[in-house]
Amino acid sequence: MTTSLADVASSDSALRAFLHGLPGVDRVGADQRAAMLGTRSIKTTAKAQAIDLAISMVDLTTLEGADTAGKVRAMCTKAVHPGGGAPRVAAVCVYPDLVEVAVQALAGTGVKVASVATAFPSGRSSLEVKVSDTALAVAAGADEIDMVIDRGAFLSGRYLKVFEEIVAVKAACGPAHLKVILETGELAAYDNVRRASWLAMLAGADFIKTSTGKVSPAATLPVTLIMLEAVRDFRDATGRQVGVKPAGGIRTTKDAIKNLVLVHETAGDDWLSPDWFRLGASSLLNDLLMQRQKLATGRYAGPDYFTLD
Amino acid sequence: MAIFEYAPAPESRDLVDIKASYGLFIDGEFVDGSGAPFKTVNPATEETLAEVATASADDVDRAVRAARKAFGGWSALPGAERAKYLFRIARIIQERARELAVLESLDNGKPIRESRDVDVPLVAAHFFYYAGWADKLEYAGFGTKPLGVAGQVIPWNFPLLMLAWKIAPALACGNTVVLKPAETTPLSALWFADICRQAELPPGVVNIVTGAGETGAAVVGHPEVDKVAFTGSTEVGRIIARAVAGTGKKLTLELGGKAANIVFEDAAIDQAVEGIVNGIFFNQGHVCCAGSRLLVQESVQEELLASLKRRLGTLRVGDPLDKNTDVGAINSAEQLAKIRELSAVGESEGAERWSPACELPERGFWFPPTIFTGVAQSHTIARDEIFGPVLSVLTFRTPAEAVEKANNTPYGLSAGIWTEKGSRILWMADRLRAGVVWANTFNKFDPASPFGGYKESGYGREGGLHGLEAYLDV
Repeated sequence: MTTSLADVASSDSALRAFLHGLPGVDRVGADQRAAMLGTRSIKTTAKAQAIDLAISMVDLTTLEGADTAGKVRAMCTKAVHPGGGAPRVAAVCVYPDLVEVAVQALAGTGVKVASVATAFPSGRSSLEVKVSDTALAVAAGADEIDMVIDRGAFLSGRYLKVFEEIVAVKAACGPAHLKVILETGELAAYDNVRRASWLAMLAGADFIKTSTGKVSPAATLPVTLIMLEAVRDFRDATGRQVGVKPAGGIRTTKDAIKNLVLVHETAGDDWLSPDWFRLGASSLLNDLLMQRQKLATGRYAGPDYFTLD
Repeated sequence: MAIFEYAPAPESRDLVDIKASYGLFIDGEFVDGSGAPFKTVNPATEETLAEVATASADDVDRAVRAARKAFGGWSALPGAERAKYLFRIARIIQERARELAVLESLDNGKPIRESRDVDVPLVAAHFFYYAGWADKLEYAGFGTKPLGVAGQVIPWNFPLLMLAWKIAPALACGNTVVLKPAETTPLSALWFADICRQAELPPGVVNIVTGAGETGAAVVGHPEVDKVAFTGSTEVGRIIARAVAGTGKKLTLELGGKAANIVFEDAAIDQAVEGIVNGIFFNQGHVCCAGSRLLVQESVQEELLASLKRRLGTLRVGDPLDKNTDVGAINSAEQLAKIRELSAVGESEGAERWSPACELPERGFWFPPTIFTGVAQSHTIARDEIFGPVLSVLTFRTPAEAVEKANNTPYGLSAGIWTEKGSRILWMADRLRAGVVWANTFNKFDPASPFGGYKESGYGREGGLHGLEAYLDV
């Protein structure tokens, strides 16, 4: 496979032939497998470990039109000190114009700054705009760029266009890591999820990410399962490891733990670290903190015992 | 780096209160048996769970007479009245689902995940389904006349589910029953007897006699039994067929299998792997329709086997009561010996044996998930039913060859086809000599779909509309 991979993107037809030659995904079977893994029972020590691991994988996110420097600074503080002795989160994720604020707030903390560039969330702009959007974020100090793919191009079969855009954005990223958002809710078919995953990885993605969080359904378990299978198979084929980030709709500790089980039993424990698996979420952290405290004290506290930021 | 380990998540054993000894259930009462009692053990620990009565020929005679006596009243009830009892039983099963699941896992060794998520829900579903038929028999096309007393003998692999498959249609059609559960797994049938009392089922409609082969023979051979239904080995099925021949009793047999699970090169590989795992490692392979022969197209053999082996590495073998266990204990020492023996034959005939690294508990009856590659049709392990977590991998080149190989077996209970091509599924399904053909799935059971075999896998159908035929005087 490795020899042919070099030629895969030589033409639109070669790329199409490769992507359509990937094994199909049976929707019923994939849904069933994800549901079965969702019934794993994680308790006591395993649960405590899972909760802390999940917290360390969170990309704390604010992507609102109303975002301000004050809001971002407050969120950054929470990212470093979630409360109750919990570990810091993996990254904060903001719009490009707020990267600088986050970078200053997080200097020296080890928490990464991620930014959604490339005409997020629709991706409907020219490549020039997407590249300069990316460059702006990188220049401001972003460690990670979350780019959206052109779903229109993908769905109309112009795979090479999508590929080339990813390559161009990756080049603009410089040292920053590139997370490619597939927006799986808009791709609809599971076969498309697998194809888009491979397309992004072939083009140089460091991470593949399910959703922008602006489209429903966002990160469903079966979709994450398919993406985990893709990164596993991609590493087998090329030796290169790519991370996975489900984002959007993961709100509860239960959901987060189900995701970890999926990683554990599909791609394997090599992916069970913030370097290779992230949870894109805005409201998940407090539920994790609440469950963490419940586990430690045996009692649930009310929402006012957890901070809002 | 953190390695994710699941902490043990055991279901509570305290949900079931098992007494030291149990009697027979005859005419609505628990009574002593006159044979020498036997012990039923937990196959995961070898601990004795309870002592159970053995029904002698006299006891069986009492049970059959009780059933005969009850038949008049039961069969005369309007269908809607019988349905009420069946619905009530179904609801009690749902209410007591956790208790039944724990009991079944204790007695049988199957993982609680399966008894909880598959067995018990299906048991309730069967009673609901046939309750629905009880007052609609005229529309089924087999008449409305029940046969009389049904003598039923069931196996140890799905003790409660097989009981439901037998008892639900029998009662719906107006028959009364004498049922003998397997001697290694009698407890859930006795719990069911208690459920019948809870449902205030008229005495004698359901009778449970426990014991070994002799008790079964007494049930089958009793002259007052009008219908015999048996699920189990082909060997015992033959004996029963001989015993019943010429007596005028109606007979249905659901016997062994050696199902082919056929994977084409265009299959959805990840889901096919899941289907193969589910096909052969579900219930430790103690499934008569288990996909024990994997037929894989040569062009994807390597890729598929690599995926399959990786997947087997994630199977969790161990304590059946742990909610995270995928593969439980082998049901008995005897069955374990049989699996070991046939696996040894596989190796000695030159097939390549592989198991994932897995630690088996010290006590109890355990066998690791096992794959044999390089298997040919002429290997014993490709012909004989192993009834354990052992998969034989064979290859084929063309669809026609796949059909030939799949049909080249004395059995014909089930088959699986894995391909993205719909037309090929239909083409194959037409040609496979198997009672059930699953497409892109395996081991799916539903009360509405009939189940049964070709050739040495037996005759008659259970489940669905077809399942009514066996209990009506057509």
